Amino acid sequence: MIETRSLKTLTRRQLLSRGVAAGAGLVVGSGFVAGRDAAWATEMDAMKPESFATLVQMARDIYPHDKVGDQYYAAAVKGYDVPEEVDFAQAGIDMLDEASRAAGFDSYLGAGWEADRVAILRGIEDTDFFQRIRGGLVTGLYNQKEVWPIFGYEGESYSKGGYMYRGFDDITWI
Amino acid sequence: MAAPFELSDDNVVVIIGTGAGGGVLANELAQKGVSVVALEAGGRYLPEDYVNDEWDSFGQLAWTDTRTTSGDWRVAKDFSNLPAWIVKAVGGTTTHWAGASLRFQPHEWKALTNYGAVDGASLLDWPIDAEEMDPYYTRAEDKLGVTRTNDIPGLPGCNNYKVFEAGAKKLGYKEVHTGRMAINSQERDGRMACQQTGFCFQGCKWGAKWSAAYTDIPAGEATGNLEVREKAHVARILHDDSGKVTGVEYFDEAGDLQMQRARVVCVAGNSFESPRLLLNSHSSMFPDGLANSSGMVGRNYMRHLTGSVYATFEQPVRMWRGTTMAGIVQDEARHDPSRGFVGGYELETLSLGLPFMAAFLDPGAWGREFTTALDSYENMAGMWIVGEDMPQESNRVTLSDAEDAFGLKVANVHYSDHPNDTAMRDHAYKQGAAIYDAVGATRTLPTPPYPSTHNLGTNRMSERPEDGVVNRNGRAHDVPNLYVSDGSQFTTGAAENPTLTIVALAIRQAEHIASEMNQGVL
Ligand SMILES: Cc1cc2nc3c(=O)[nH]c(=O)nc-3n(C[C@H](O)[C@H](O)[C@H](O)COP(=O)(O)OP(=O)(O)OC[C@H]3O[C@@H](n4cnc5c(N)ncnc54)[C@H](O)[C@@H]3O)c2cc1C
Ligand code: SF4
Repeated sequence: MIETRSLKTLTRRQLLSRGVAAGAGLVVGSGFVAGRDAAWATEMDAMKPESFATLVQMARDIYPHDKVGDQYYAAAVKGYDVPEEVDFAQAGIDMLDEASRAAGFDSYLGAGWEADRVAILRGIEDTDFFQRIRGGLVTGLYNQKEVWPIFGYEGESYSKGGYMYRGFDDITWI
Repeated sequence: MAAPFELSDDNVVVIIGTGAGGGVLANELAQKGVSVVALEAGGRYLPEDYVNDEWDSFGQLAWTDTRTTSGDWRVAKDFSNLPAWIVKAVGGTTTHWAGASLRFQPHEWKALTNYGAVDGASLLDWPIDAEEMDPYYTRAEDKLGVTRTNDIPGLPGCNNYKVFEAGAKKLGYKEVHTGRMAINSQERDGRMACQQTGFCFQGCKWGAKWSAAYTDIPAGEATGNLEVREKAHVARILHDDSGKVTGVEYFDEAGDLQMQRARVVCVAGNSFESPRLLLNSHSSMFPDGLANSSGMVGRNYMRHLTGSVYATFEQPVRMWRGTTMAGIVQDEARHDPSRGFVGGYELETLSLGLPFMAAFLDPGAWGREFTTALDSYENMAGMWIVGEDMPQESNRVTLSDAEDAFGLKVANVHYSDHPNDTAMRDHAYKQGAAIYDAVGATRTLPTPPYPSTHNLGTNRMSERPEDGVVNRNGRAHDVPNLYVSDGSQFTTGAAENPTLTIVALAIRQAEHIASEMNQGVL
């Protein structure tokens, strides 16, 4: 899960006043990226906040789940915000913005409709950058235990005695 | 002499691998008073160690040493270094397995005779038949405690099964039930009944499912005749000038090379590692690999054609609750060429947790077509297709240029579907979807084969030495004291999940080896 660290002490208004809206649900400030509702925020260690916001939006566009909040996508790509990965990520994001400009937008985040962003992603889907981001999300996103309940998945069951007395055959509609 | 045995003890039977084949053979021989050293590349994990978490369990149990792939199969693209999802641990893949325990149908032992020659396929009859195997199947079913045999009741049906059963019956299928499973439906052999935990693929924490790790292996050890050396990776089988094997070289836990002498060597490393080991054991006397005068070592790799059908519904199913493989439709398992293919297939319920569903539903896919399916995860039901795939000489395990941590050449696995496989899979996708449509599916998802779980045929059994690697007892045609004891000895794959047959063959082979030793022939 994304850490809110020192940002936790800021009020929602203070937080939002320090950043600008970027993409669908994100606020970018100096050294941090936050959710529009300020329910979560993460400080940047190595990456430019706008770049991280782009990566979060890209993650959502690859595996869009409307019930899954941005913080989970942010957690899934936070691993690129380290000195060893940031150059790789930045080069890919530059390429993505370049492709977006070629498609007539200011930047990737400047494309307001998912369909437009997906069309841009389709154009770069064979690149190493896209494939690494996508591949990493398969575990980075779906193996977050906090995400499982959103899909109804119940995870570990042994400690609760399995489902023998907890609904293994409770289906009623069939 | 009692276990542990000396490296220099040349009276022991050395078994390589402790899974369904090796683990059972080790115990059966030990029960007969034969001294056995079983060498296992993996470590020892028991129910208290297993974890109810798909990726953590994968990290704990799976064989993740490098392998390479080639051929048309989609696994080569999506999982190029993971051609199989199998286990490296004491007990082998019986820690992972779902427990479905079916006998071959009598006609399947004689595929060539009953199907006729098929273009591009290297079909062959097994040198043994249903009648000969019957008593060994009976003993295997008793050992594994298979439901619906030996008066053991079937398991109760979970949610995933109830959807499957209702659809199958609406479609007119008759042979629909909760399976013949090596999972206790009631307490048996000191192991408790299934608690419907839903993590059968991650090792059964209750011990309700049969696994060699906590049944046959400790039973063999208790006799004092079996020593299991874990984290012992066999590198090479050695032989003398007369062409008999004399022992094996292995890397111990510290990475040091050791040599264990042997009277008999039995290879049971599953269908990639067994041929790899024979090929890596080449010498001036056996330049193409041990036991390979036929050139058949590594060839005729079979994996069952497989595939899955998942479906979403308006209301919740919660398929992950309860046994992972919870029921079966057997009506399509018959041989009926009017369907456009030879051989048949079984349909078996299957469930994956969310993390594995994301990885395996449509590897590489992204965007809303994919994610909206996962959005309905709670409302999803699932089944797996297990059908007989055609043996083809070109589907094979060879030595790759890549090397493992010990500097040993790794296995390359080459596989392409035969047209019969494709025709059968398409038929099964249609029938699977029809089952779910019959009970109101809102969407059906024909899912491609996962990395292989059933691996067969790469040291196949044959009547004539030129057609295969081992004879009717699993004994190498070329080397009198060398045996193959795992799924790689399968001549053809049949439609059924293979493990009951592997176990029955191991019980039979133990009888043969003990008798040959008593007669002084071995
Ligand atoms: C997820 C899953 C579900 C399954 N469900 C079913 C089912 O429901 N029904 C069914 O019939 N089958 C099922 N199977 C298949 C079943 O598990 C295998 O058919 C069976 O375990 C194969 O037995 P084996 O002896 O050939 O190999 P394994 O059981 O894989 O054992 C081989 C052992 O050899 C060891 N080894 C390999 N090389 C070396 C070496 N060089 N030195 C030392 N040790 C070595 C390995 O580490 C391993 O422990 C399933 C498999 C999987 C993965
Ligand atoms: S569902 Fe049953 S057999 Fe499977 S892991 Fe749970 S208790 Fe064991």
